[in-house]
Amino acid sequence: MAEQILDKAAKDGTADKADAVSGTMSTTAAGARIPTVIADDVHIVYRVNGGPRGRGSATAALSRMLRRKNAPGMREVHAVRGVTFVAYRGESIGLIGSNGSGKSTLLKAVAGLLPTERGKVYTDGQPSLLGVNAALMNDLTGERNVILGGLAMGMSREQIRERYEDIVDFSGINEKGDFITLPMRTYSSGMAARLRFSIAAAKDHDVLMIDEALATGDRKFQKRSEARIRELRKDAGTVFLVSHNNKSIRDTCDRVLWLEKGELLMDGPTDEVIKAYEKETGK
Amino acid sequence: MSTVSEITHDSAVAVSPTSPDDGLSPAELARKHGLSVSGARVGLGDYVRQMWGRRHFILAFSQAKLTAQYSQAKLGQLWQVATPLLNAAVYFFIFGLLLGGRGEMKNDMYIPFLVTGVFVFTFTQNSAMAGVRAISGNLGLVRALHFPRASLPISFSLQQLQQLLFSMIVLLVVLLGFGHFPALAWVLIIPVLALQFLFNTGLALIMARMGAKTPDLAQLLPFILRTWMYASGVMYPLEHMLAKAGAHSWVSDLLLANPAAVYMDLMRYALINDYSSANLPPHVWALALGWAVLVGVAGFVYFWKAEEQYGRG
Repeated sequence: MAEQILDKAAKDGTADKADAVSGTMSTTAAGARIPTVIADDVHIVYRVNGGPRGRGSATAALSRMLRRKNAPGMREVHAVRGVTFVAYRGESIGLIGSNGSGKSTLLKAVAGLLPTERGKVYTDGQPSLLGVNAALMNDLTGERNVILGGLAMGMSREQIRERYEDIVDFSGINEKGDFITLPMRTYSSGMAARLRFSIAAAKDHDVLMIDEALATGDRKFQKRSEARIRELRKDAGTVFLVSHNNKSIRDTCDRVLWLEKGELLMDGPTDEVIKAYEKETGK
Repeated sequence: MSTVSEITHDSAVAVSPTSPDDGLSPAELARKHGLSVSGARVGLGDYVRQMWGRRHFILAFSQAKLTAQYSQAKLGQLWQVATPLLNAAVYFFIFGLLLGGRGEMKNDMYIPFLVTGVFVFTFTQNSAMAGVRAISGNLGLVRALHFPRASLPISFSLQQLQQLLFSMIVLLVVLLGFGHFPALAWVLIIPVLALQFLFNTGLALIMARMGAKTPDLAQLLPFILRTWMYASGVMYPLEHMLAKAGAHSWVSDLLLANPAAVYMDLMRYALINDYSSANLPPHVWALALGWAVLVGVAGFVYFWKAEEQYGRG
C-alpha cells in the first residue's frame, strides 16, 4: 500500500513552503487536475473577550479603557498563520497536529464559517462541515431534531421526508424501542452522538469536512459510519478529515497536511507525513 | 483499503509531466477554474433569495425554540398562556390598585387597556432582547453551518409573534369578560400586528448586529427597554400622566409618536369599544407604516452589511 500511495507524490508548486520542510517532496506539478479548494496565505485571528488580562479589578478595566479606546480586555489568538495549499477533486486529505494547532480552525475557514484575517480561501461550490450538533435541541424529540437538523443543513422538506426513514434506521435509535419520539435529553451520550452523525451524513456534499466524527458510537456503529464516509467520499469532490487517530487517517486519506502552531509544517503523501509526525511526537 | 488504492490509481493517471497551471498564483488558479472566495457576502438580491430558500428552516427553528422553552415544566405548554396572564396580574396589582395609574378609567376599561399594553409591548421588548443574543448566543450554530445569518434574528422575532398569538387567547378572554365583544374594528388587529412584526424584526436585526460586535449590550438593554416601557404608557394613559406632571406638549407629542406607543394605541383602538380615535395621536397610521418600513428595511440592510463578519471571535 505504501508504494501505491507514494505513486501519488504529485503536488502543486504553490505549497512550496511545505516543500522546504519535507525536502523529499516531488516537484512534479499536477496536470489536468481540477482544484476544488485553494488556500492562499490564510491567517485567522480569534478575538477573545475577558481573557486573563481582561478580568481583574474594575479600576484596571477602566484604565485599560482609557488607554486603549478600542475593545478593552480583548486578547488576540493567532490560530492559523499563513497556510497555503491546493486541494484537487478526488483527493482525500487528512489534517494532523497536536491539540490547538489550528486544524479545526482551518477547516472552518475553508468552509467560509470563520472570516480570514489576511489571505483568501477559494472554493468550488459550498464546502460543508460534517456537523449539525449546534442546530439540534436537547428538549425536542429525536423526530423533530431530524427535521430541524436537515433544514439547518439546507435540505428541502421533500428531501428530508424522503430520507427520514434512512436517517432513523442508520442511527439505530429505534433498535431498542421507540426512542425517536422521546426528547433527545433522555438519550444516552452514545445514542445522541449516533443520531447527530446520521443527520449530518444524510446530505450530499461537494467538499466535505469531517472533524473527529469517526470516533462516535459503539464498534458496530463505527463500522457503519466508516462505510458511510466512504460513500460520501465517492460523491463528494474532496474530503478533509481531522483526526488524532493515525490509523483512520491512513485508512481514508491519500494526502496529509501537518499543522503545528498554526503553520503548515508538512504537506505530502500520507505515509511520509505520518512517519515524520510519529517520529516528532515520539511514538 | 480498496477505496484508497482506487483513488490513488485515479489520480496517478491524471498526473501529467507538464501542467498548464504551473506558475500561476493561487488567485489566478482560482480564477482560471472558476472558484469563488469562501464565505464572501452575496449581493442584497441574492441574499433575499437565499432567505426565501431558508423559509422552512426559519419557521421550524422558531417553533422548535418555542416548544423547547417550556418542555421541562410540568404544566408544559400551558405556560405559554399562563406567563402573560401572570404578567398582566402583577402590573394590575401595582399600577391599577396601589399606584392609581389608571386615570379616569374604571376596571372594565382599565384592565383590557393594561393587558393589551403589556402584551403588545412585551412583543417588541422580547424581540429586541432575543435579537441582541441572536448571533452572540448562537455562535456554535453560526460557526458550524451555512445559512444567511439574518435567519436567526428573523426566526427569533417570529417566535415572539407566535408567543403573542398565545397571549391573544388570554386577551380575548379578558376582553369578553369585561364586556368588549367582537366588532368590525377587530379586523384592524391584522394590519397592526403585521406592521409591528415588521418593526420588531428590523429592531431584532439591528440589535443582532450590535450584539454580535458588543455582547455587553445584552446587559444594558433591559434598562433601556424598561425606560422605553415607562415612557410609552404601557400601564397608564400617557397623556393623562404627562399633563399631571406638567410636561410640555411637545414631550407628549414626541412620546406618543414613538413606535411602541403607536402600535399599543392602535391595538387598543382596534380591540376596546370605548377607546375612541380621540386617544390616538395625529397621522397614527402613517406613523405605524413609516416606523415599520423604515426600521424593517434599514435593519435588514444594516444586518446584511456585516454578514461575513458574524462568527468571528
